[in-house]
Amino acid sequence: MATNAKKKMVQWEPSDIKAELLRQYPPKVARKRAKQIMINEAQQNDTPALTANVRTIPGIITMRGCTYAGCKGVIMGPTRDIVNLVHGPIGCSFYAWLTRRNQTDAGPDGENYMNYCFSTDMQDSDIIFGGEKKLTAAIQEAYDLFHPKSIAIFATCPVGLIGDDIHTVAKNMKEKFGDCNVYAFSCEGYKGVSQSAGHHIANNQVFRHLVGLNDEIKPGKYKINLLGEYNIGGDGFEIDRIFKKCGITCISTFSGNSTYDQFASSHTADLNAVMCHRSINYVADMMETKYGIPWVKVNFIGAKATAKSLRKIAGYFGEKELIDRVEEVIAEEMPEVEAALAEITPRTEGKTAMMFVGGSRAHHYKELFDELKMKTISAGYEFGHQDDYEGRQVLPNIKVDADSRNIEEIEVEPDETRFKPRKSDKEMKALEKKGFKFKEYDGLAPDMDKGTLIIDDLNQYEAEKLVELMRPDIFCAGIKEKYSIQKLGVPMKQLHSYDSGGPYAGFKGAINFYKEIDQLVNSKVWSYMKAPWQENPQLSASYNWE
Amino acid sequence: MLLRHTPTDITERKALTINPAKTCQPIGAMYAALGIHGCLPHSHGSQGCCAYHRSTLTRHYKEPIAAATSSFTEGASVFGGQANLLQAINNIFTVYNPEVIAVHTTCLSETIGDDLPQIKKKALAEGKIPKGKHVLSASTPSYVGSHVTGFSNMVKSMAMAAEPTGKKNGKVNIIPGWVEPADMEEIKRITKIIGVKTILFPDTSGVLNGPLSGEYKMFPEGGTTMAELKSTGDSIGTLALGEWCSADAARELDAKHKVPCSVLDMPFGLKATDRFIDALRTIGGVTIPEQILHERGQLVDMISDMHQYLYGKKVALVGDPDQLIAMTEFLVSMDMKPLHVVTGTPGKKFEKRIKELTKDMGCKVNVKAKGDMFLLHQWIKNEPVDLIIGNTYCKYIARDEDLPYVRWGFPILDRQGHQYFPTVGYKGGLRLLEKILGVLLDRKDRDDPESKFELVL
Repeated sequence: MATNAKKKMVQWEPSDIKAELLRQYPPKVARKRAKQIMINEAQQNDTPALTANVRTIPGIITMRGCTYAGCKGVIMGPTRDIVNLVHGPIGCSFYAWLTRRNQTDAGPDGENYMNYCFSTDMQDSDIIFGGEKKLTAAIQEAYDLFHPKSIAIFATCPVGLIGDDIHTVAKNMKEKFGDCNVYAFSCEGYKGVSQSAGHHIANNQVFRHLVGLNDEIKPGKYKINLLGEYNIGGDGFEIDRIFKKCGITCISTFSGNSTYDQFASSHTADLNAVMCHRSINYVADMMETKYGIPWVKVNFIGAKATAKSLRKIAGYFGEKELIDRVEEVIAEEMPEVEAALAEITPRTEGKTAMMFVGGSRAHHYKELFDELKMKTISAGYEFGHQDDYEGRQVLPNIKVDADSRNIEEIEVEPDETRFKPRKSDKEMKALEKKGFKFKEYDGLAPDMDKGTLIIDDLNQYEAEKLVELMRPDIFCAGIKEKYSIQKLGVPMKQLHSYDSGGPYAGFKGAINFYKEIDQLVNSKVWSYMKAPWQENPQLSASYNWE
Repeated sequence: MLLRHTPTDITERKALTINPAKTCQPIGAMYAALGIHGCLPHSHGSQGCCAYHRSTLTRHYKEPIAAATSSFTEGASVFGGQANLLQAINNIFTVYNPEVIAVHTTCLSETIGDDLPQIKKKALAEGKIPKGKHVLSASTPSYVGSHVTGFSNMVKSMAMAAEPTGKKNGKVNIIPGWVEPADMEEIKRITKIIGVKTILFPDTSGVLNGPLSGEYKMFPEGGTTMAELKSTGDSIGTLALGEWCSADAARELDAKHKVPCSVLDMPFGLKATDRFIDALRTIGGVTIPEQILHERGQLVDMISDMHQYLYGKKVALVGDPDQLIAMTEFLVSMDMKPLHVVTGTPGKKFEKRIKELTKDMGCKVNVKAKGDMFLLHQWIKNEPVDLIIGNTYCKYIARDEDLPYVRWGFPILDRQGHQYFPTVGYKGGLRLLEKILGVLLDRKDRDDPESKFELVL
């Protein structure tokens, strides 16, 4: 399937592009995909215009991974002092071993199991006779070797099929040890339709088994949790630096560079700040219901977004001391950002980007491209839901299908002794009256220009077509997509693991990103695709030497 | 310390694997399938397997790895994956138009008992496989063996595609095993110089070391063609390089189509390359040209020139059985001491072979098949070495123990070059030796006191 790099529609109509993307498919596939490709009209209606979070079509080369990847890889992977033991054949554990670039700082206690890969390495006899005994023995061996605070167990596909009761095994071992919290995740790869199901399963169990275990009140005046931040390439470290400078105490991060105690103490914070709406909005909801902690959507990707989010947090606490300090910090940090932009934007202005990542990332990174004065001409999510595209107002209209129904929803009640509204109704109303928005997220679509293409669950074929037709100056997705895009002569930036870069969060991170995008879109290498003799027509005449 | 929790005390573990020295079958099958021309590998299971295998292969080869998946959800897991695979076959031929789809199973489809040959028959009957197109299949349960086993199983399925005409083709089948595209290219270069006509399968050269030209080809020029695979049954013989990766396929051709086979070691290092070249000479009935002798002489020359830096150096090794056997022999042949040798792939023969190769070394060798890198690290803590050779995950041990380190094997996620520069044959031996000497001498230059720091060798 060779494609010609030179073909580029000079004047493209979004409807033509959409038709072209669907042309090659068998009719049934085309019908299904048509519903997942939206020509954005920045619309205001309440009915979802885009189908999302539905099954991937067999045989279509998808960007998606599985539920296990979302649970072990994304959510629990960046926790540093928990032994993450995968119950299954060796591969699942092997592939999630250090491959997401979650950075960690072992801290004063020195506990860090992130560099290790633990597996029960199931064999055929375990599949036939059951793997519970082996799992029990493996938990015991891990305990004897390391004496960790906590051991998390992850189910892989065959575990669900043969019916190993990992939860009972975990419960028994927890009771036996007494000083080690053991719990399990039923995150078999075939559940749900994407990684997103795994995030949900992970978060539910963290909420059930870890949150609220430590009531000790930590020092700090303005206490928040940062939800949906994974410390890829050190993002979390930069956000921490800014929080410290502002005098904001981060009780817990879910789950970049997180510790067992952070989860255990998270219910003592006074505000939940949600970064990745997709992976964790339900945890914020549950913490609000159970403990009375309100939540706001924040975004620390983009310098302006960082400033806005800091102001939002300060505005919530409403104390002059914090509001002033946040303004001072912004004033201190922004000159360096503006200097970088002044130097770089002349080289990036007017250039175009496409982004197909995650379930909030494409939206977050649009802020950075906006700052570089680049236009995002097409974007979408690998595992987003309709509310991530069109905002939480469509939530009541989303139909729950069989695949979503398989993912457990926890029913939460206010905690009898520990529920404590952080703000009185009156205070909340007053804030809202001032324009402060709680538990709100408008999604990606309103921020995309009219006529741009929003595509859910993009696949290799469509990615290649999009690039061929629209020739963006940069394409952002994951490692699987990286080289097929680059073969087309278009630079590709990984936004899951950042290639080798980062951090991109916060002020310093924004500067890192500007520099890297400048390097990528202006690299000389993209001008070398053709050899000189391929660019010029061949000379048919020859000199006649006399 | 990156691996700060690894204790020196070695306790027996029966159930827990820590830092595995292997991964699962399907990734091997996927890699092998990429060595067939115009082939789209297909993973029959839930989509995470395919995503993980594509990601790992992409990170190792720095090339696009196209592969499809049956995208099982709970329904398929309960009712069987036949409908998914039939739909996938139809979609794949319609959208991507490959010559071949090579389907491998996963632990999920294996456990529910999907029968690939039967589904393939149904696909044929329903007209979902266009005329002239092919579907290969291999059973690759993740809970048996390792990635090496999966590679071997897919290569065996290639051998099963043989359709002998009864007329010999005068060619020698060479099954190179799980080596790099550069190694496959080097094997072709060697056989061309020697003048033996071959069918090399699989052959990822030209597929996974492609150029950047502004064009993306899902199916690049390289790879063994289906016509060649069909012809393997007419070949005069088969050389299988590596017992673990290649022997099953060679024996299949021998048993079914009477193509005689020899199973050799992978041609890494001096002696294994000698045996490979000699086997080519015998089977092809040719004399070995001067150029090959010249290359051999260069390798011997470098070993002799640099012997003082190699002699007695202790080495820890981790990797796949076929590679490790050849590497151990190479190190021993240069008077180095491979002290700790671990593979994650099971097989008693492995420990026996390593013991044989190291029996005259004058010291005890720790060797384990079905071992892991946690154990290797513990061995190193108890008996330190001068060098560690293995895949990218060794970098944690190398840094913690401050060891010179050569990346070799699978996967290498953080360096380039393995796709382009071979390590098989005499030329490959030179490169391996250069890499080993490079890290040993860099260490010497770093550690020598100023008074001993020397310009010349």
